[in-house]
Amino acid sequence: MSTSVSVAFEKARADGRAALVGYLPAGFPTVDGGIAALRTMVESGCDVIEIGLPYSDPVMDGPTIQAAAQQALEAGVRTTDVLRTVEAVAATGVPTLVMTYWNPVERYGVERFAQHLYDAGGAGLITPDLTPDFAPEWIAAADARDLDKVFLVAPSSTDERIAMTTAACRGFVYATAVMGVTGARDATSDLAGPLVERTKRAVAATAPGLPVGVGLGVSNGVQAAEVASYADGVIVGSAFVRALLDHPDDLDAGRRALVKLTEDLARGVRS
Amino acid sequence: MTPTPNSQYDADLHGWYGGAGSFGGRFMPEALIAALDELDAAWQKAMLDPAFLQEFEGLLQNYAGVPSMLYEAHRLSDHAGARILLKREDLNHTGAHKIRNVLGQALLTKRMGKTRVIAETGAGQHGVASATAAAYLGLDCTVYMGEVDTERQALNVARMQLLGAEVIPVRSGSRTLKDAINEALRDWVASVDHTAYLFGTAAGPHPFPSLVLSFVRGIGDEARRQCLDLTGSLPDAVAACVGGGSNAIGLFAAFLDDPDVAIYGFEAGGDGVETGRHAATIFAGSVGVLHGSRTYVLQDDDGQTIESHSISAGLDYPGVGPQHAALAASGRASYLPVTDAEAMEAMSLLARTEGIIPAIESAHAVSGALKVAQERQGETILINLSGRGDKDMGTALEYFGLGTPKETA
Ligand SMILES: Cc1ncc(COP(=O)(O)O)c(C=O)c1O
Repeated sequence: MSTSVSVAFEKARADGRAALVGYLPAGFPTVDGGIAALRTMVESGCDVIEIGLPYSDPVMDGPTIQAAAQQALEAGVRTTDVLRTVEAVAATGVPTLVMTYWNPVERYGVERFAQHLYDAGGAGLITPDLTPDFAPEWIAAADARDLDKVFLVAPSSTDERIAMTTAACRGFVYATAVMGVTGARDATSDLAGPLVERTKRAVAATAPGLPVGVGLGVSNGVQAAEVASYADGVIVGSAFVRALLDHPDDLDAGRRALVKLTEDLARGVRS
Repeated sequence: MTPTPNSQYDADLHGWYGGAGSFGGRFMPEALIAALDELDAAWQKAMLDPAFLQEFEGLLQNYAGVPSMLYEAHRLSDHAGARILLKREDLNHTGAHKIRNVLGQALLTKRMGKTRVIAETGAGQHGVASATAAAYLGLDCTVYMGEVDTERQALNVARMQLLGAEVIPVRSGSRTLKDAINEALRDWVASVDHTAYLFGTAAGPHPFPSLVLSFVRGIGDEARRQCLDLTGSLPDAVAACVGGGSNAIGLFAAFLDDPDVAIYGFEAGGDGVETGRHAATIFAGSVGVLHGSRTYVLQDDDGQTIESHSISAGLDYPGVGPQHAALAASGRASYLPVTDAEAMEAMSLLARTEGIIPAIESAHAVSGALKVAQERQGETILINLSGRGDKDMGTALEYFGLGTPKETA
């Protein structure tokens, strides 16, 4: 059975804090190593897990996530390995999403992917290069199984498009805080606050209660605390990937770094 | 002047060709949608503005050397047993059809008030054209080029630099054209408020395929008129090489409503389609989504893009424009592979019979047309000679073992 990520957001909201959403691509550094790393993130305080499906042409990703995805692909990771990773992580009880560029899903078969994701206990999909206006097939397949549909809004989005997007989302809406690709940044963006404000207005009108998660650039507890002050969820990707990249060939050291980072971020979303 | 809409090359409102949900569309990050909408609106408006069209036409004529001539290749015709006409896009300023597209997009950039352009390039022709237009119009220019391509097209890197552009070698993925597009898109996401992306071919997200066609369709419109003037009738067949598909769609669009004109696109067959090392996207690929549109793609069972291979950097791309996907699916046009060896043979043949050294891309079209001529003896075949071979002399030198004069005993 899949659990919507909204359950985790509600729990965090009841605790008076933001949810911590952690990302790693599947198959990095290996399929089993990736599962172990993701479980470590769950045990150390991630409320929601995003598993990236490594893709050959990741236009929204900066050098850090590109490097991890390329490493996974070179080691031969397959879509079925991603689903196996989902199954292993979702078994911990933490809501687990797949973040994927669109072509691998289309190639796998949209219906078939939705069913296998559901069977694996996955909560749904985050689709960085698929907007609701081009997603009728995915929306139908997700709705048939109550899977989460997480679409993105950006600082450049018009109010009309934000409303169209929030109306189509289930689980949460992903606000990309910067105009740019993924990657840790020193300062949080001043574009994020206004975007979240506009998004919350659209949520009130089109999808009351839909949480707003903010991602792109967050890499430490201080930044997480800042984002948590105005968002329902703090999404962290590149910083987790970096922790593993910094410890090549030493997964235990990498996992220790993940523990430290997760705990720092978890404190951040609670402060 | 407005042509009647044709669903195979004119997109519907959402960018679909050949019917909603089939080919094309806009599979893009939300962060770029506003920019694509802005571009779409500016372009639609410009195409209805006589002042814009006049400026564009004026630049083409007085700067780019357009219309290019239609040349009857008598000696090649004798060789082929068919009447061969060459649309001489190789004579355009900067040496290829690409200048048409770039001047149109750079003028649009000015109208949108943006000060910087970025471009991807494979062979370097689009990069050179972009750098040229940017220099002429006073825009900053950054060109992304796969590292592999910067090596095999070093001369064009130097050209771009001399023209004042910054050339950034791309080291991710396969380090060729597709990765240069990825990197340009990553730049654009972060720079979109002051930067325009001059897309180099009739592919990518809506509105690029239609927009690029609107700037290159002069190729076909001119060729059609020139052919009628020269021969009194339409050609029996038209042929072009297909990388992303801009020179080909520019030629084909003028003949799509002439059912008696056969249309051939020639893709890069590389080492031979059977070897798996090729760029014959339509002939040997499958339907998928790449760089923002649904089209034919070289991909594996998991939808990962497979690296393409071609001796010609400009055709070395694992995707193709959605208009060609629609034309292939409807059967209106035929797409066939031409190998590296066949293209190089045609390059040499054209040089020796006509004194014209074509780009290796264009040599694919020549080779394919000669093959077609075997079944079309005595007919008229119009080939788009999309570019000249200067940039390819390094490759030719190596391939043919040229450059060292023979010692006389
Ligand atoms: C001379 C020439 N012909 C053809 C092409 C292929 O592009 P397209 O298919 O967009 O015409 C290129 C690309 O660089 C080129 O330089």
